[in-house]
Amino acid sequence: MRWALITDIHANRQAFEAVLADARGQGATRYALLGDFVGYGADPAWVVDRVMAMAADGAIAIQGNHDEAIAHGGSPGMHPDARAVIDWTRAQLDEDELRFLSRLPLQAHAEPGNCLFVHANAYDPAHWEYVQGRAEAVKSLHASDARIQACGHMHEPMLFHMSGTGKAGDFRPLAGVPMPLPAHRRWLIIPGSCGQPRDGNPAACYALLDPGAAECDDARVTFQRVAYDVDAACAALRASELPHMISERLARRLTLGE
Amino acid sequence: MTTTAPPSSSPPIPLQAGQVLDGFRLEERLHQGGMANLWRVCRVDGGNEDCSELLMKVPRIKGGEDPATIVGFEVEQMLMPQLSGPHVPRFVARGDWTKQAYIVMERIPGETLRPRLDDAPLPPEEVADIGARVATALAALHRQHVVHLDIKPSNIMFRADGTAVLVDFGLSRHEQLPDLLEEEFTLPMGTGPYMSPEQVQFVRNDPRSDLFALGVMLYHLATGERPFGQPDSVRGLRRRLYVEPVPPRAIRPELPKWLQEVILHCLEVKPEKRYQSAAQLALDLREPGGVALTARAEKLQTSGAMRRIKRWFFALGAEPTPVPPGGEQLARSPIVMAAVDVDNATPELLAQLRETVRRIVQTETGARLACVSVMRVNRIGIDELTDQHGQSLHVKQLIALKHWARPISKALNLDDGRLTFHVLEAPDAAGAIIDFAHRNGVDHIVMGARGASALRRYLGSVSGQVVAESDCTVTVVRQPAG
Repeated sequence: MRWALITDIHANRQAFEAVLADARGQGATRYALLGDFVGYGADPAWVVDRVMAMAADGAIAIQGNHDEAIAHGGSPGMHPDARAVIDWTRAQLDEDELRFLSRLPLQAHAEPGNCLFVHANAYDPAHWEYVQGRAEAVKSLHASDARIQACGHMHEPMLFHMSGTGKAGDFRPLAGVPMPLPAHRRWLIIPGSCGQPRDGNPAACYALLDPGAAECDDARVTFQRVAYDVDAACAALRASELPHMISERLARRLTLGE
Repeated sequence: MTTTAPPSSSPPIPLQAGQVLDGFRLEERLHQGGMANLWRVCRVDGGNEDCSELLMKVPRIKGGEDPATIVGFEVEQMLMPQLSGPHVPRFVARGDWTKQAYIVMERIPGETLRPRLDDAPLPPEEVADIGARVATALAALHRQHVVHLDIKPSNIMFRADGTAVLVDFGLSRHEQLPDLLEEEFTLPMGTGPYMSPEQVQFVRNDPRSDLFALGVMLYHLATGERPFGQPDSVRGLRRRLYVEPVPPRAIRPELPKWLQEVILHCLEVKPEKRYQSAAQLALDLREPGGVALTARAEKLQTSGAMRRIKRWFFALGAEPTPVPPGGEQLARSPIVMAAVDVDNATPELLAQLRETVRRIVQTETGARLACVSVMRVNRIGIDELTDQHGQSLHVKQLIALKHWARPISKALNLDDGRLTFHVLEAPDAAGAIIDFAHRNGVDHIVMGARGASALRRYLGSVSGQVVAESDCTVTVVRQPAG
């Protein structure tokens, strides 16, 4: 069994489609979609419909802060652009789609309790604190019994690990390199954003997870980067009714990957 | 918390001969070390007995917290399945920490290099031969993105055919995997006498650290003495940042200059002043005649007190310069081979070849340029090795080769052994070029095409054969038309 972990799609249809095609080609059969399906991008309805269809087909879908904000309006701390996009996004979605987003769970377990999927962190998933570094990673890893956690929210790919003595390390993964996740450690996978990468590389992020069959058979994670039609995603933004300033800014960020 | 961390509470059950563990029967304990025990084992899966050479390594958990042993073994369990090739023991299986941690691997028969240290000083040719084999093994390891970080005689073995095998990856670092050791220790990790200056400063991702350790080993094998003694404190370890080792020829004046050049080149404090790749070091150890001698080769005493004080001062609180990722550093340090037909090529082609080589070498500051020409000798019979004036043809070719390369050397400032010259004597030019490139781990061959000459029609194309048969990148340079 091979999982595709996809997060922070942010209504970027082109990136999502490219990632799904890559995951299929890599032999993924299960999907964990870690939230923030909307916000920033030009195709919220298409992306949410696709996520709804995948969820009906057995994919795990988790709620992110942008998805929640669609139901309850933007929060005061939010970036002004994000708020503006949220208001616009609400108008793009029908009742079914809005209901789907508002009812998504904050976390989900899989692989007999070995894996935990959550959007922001495992210690306080409803308050959207970022896993910025080792301190938050340790807090998150301590908050559950799962050996492997995967979360989104942070847009840059990262792998944290913690030993039995509670010492944590971090690692900036290289794309396309399968990495063993030995069973006597705990691991926190941040695949990086599919629809709005921010590490200076515009290619879409996601991760493949092979949970491993037995104790002695390590789980494996492979961080992937997928080139997609950034120009088409930008053109869609410019063609939308979003305020010109905002769509230009968002398109620029997609082009630069920041 | 219910982690699956190595259980420190469960009392370790002593393993005994005859016991079967996950399908492996323990036959005989071969070695009891501080960190691990080594057992000869047989595979007894499902009635089929396989008593081919297998070794089981079992960590010695001494109860309680023992992060050094545990994490080191974790690292080895993680890295060994990633490695392949003749220069590492083949990985077979590993045991889970919740039951009994172990690694089963191919058993390399024979002793490690450790006992040979007691025979030091060894003849220079043997030191170079051992060094070349180990450097070749390191080149293979570094290509797999791993820095060993504990190179020393007791971690080096040899197959029956002489191939060096590196063992014990408990301190190693895989550039593309998380470093489990990084967070674990507050002291430098390594073996005192062999540790590179940057390892003393907690850098764990520089392949050139292994070349320093190999230099320490070669120094010891060549002189019978350790270049930096056997320090037992961090302060003692830091001395190598500013105290130079006594030049080997000050201990053994009969040692050849090229060997001192090579050893001191490995022992440079700054990694960027050392050989830039293990393959470049192996090339020098295999072709001592081509080693470019610098001031290192001449030294007979350590630098004066003033110099040492200066170095000490700069070493105070010195931070190592950040290194690019190992793979990148390696990619920037290729061996480029210019195969030059100094006797037969036209001046235009020679100029074009020189310009192309200059362009290639210029782009990589760590590149090493080996200029090679082939002196054809007959397959059978006695060759004229001197011309009618009695001048050696070999020397003549060497002079011509150096003359050809002079503009490159001048333009690119190729000092410090980055430029070497080799005249090969062989009946078949293509075969000699292919063989030299293969033996010395050449990354890129640049050579001229013979063009549409009558010679080519008779003899076939040398470059064509090199392109077809060599195992590295080949650039064929043509004379501009018209």
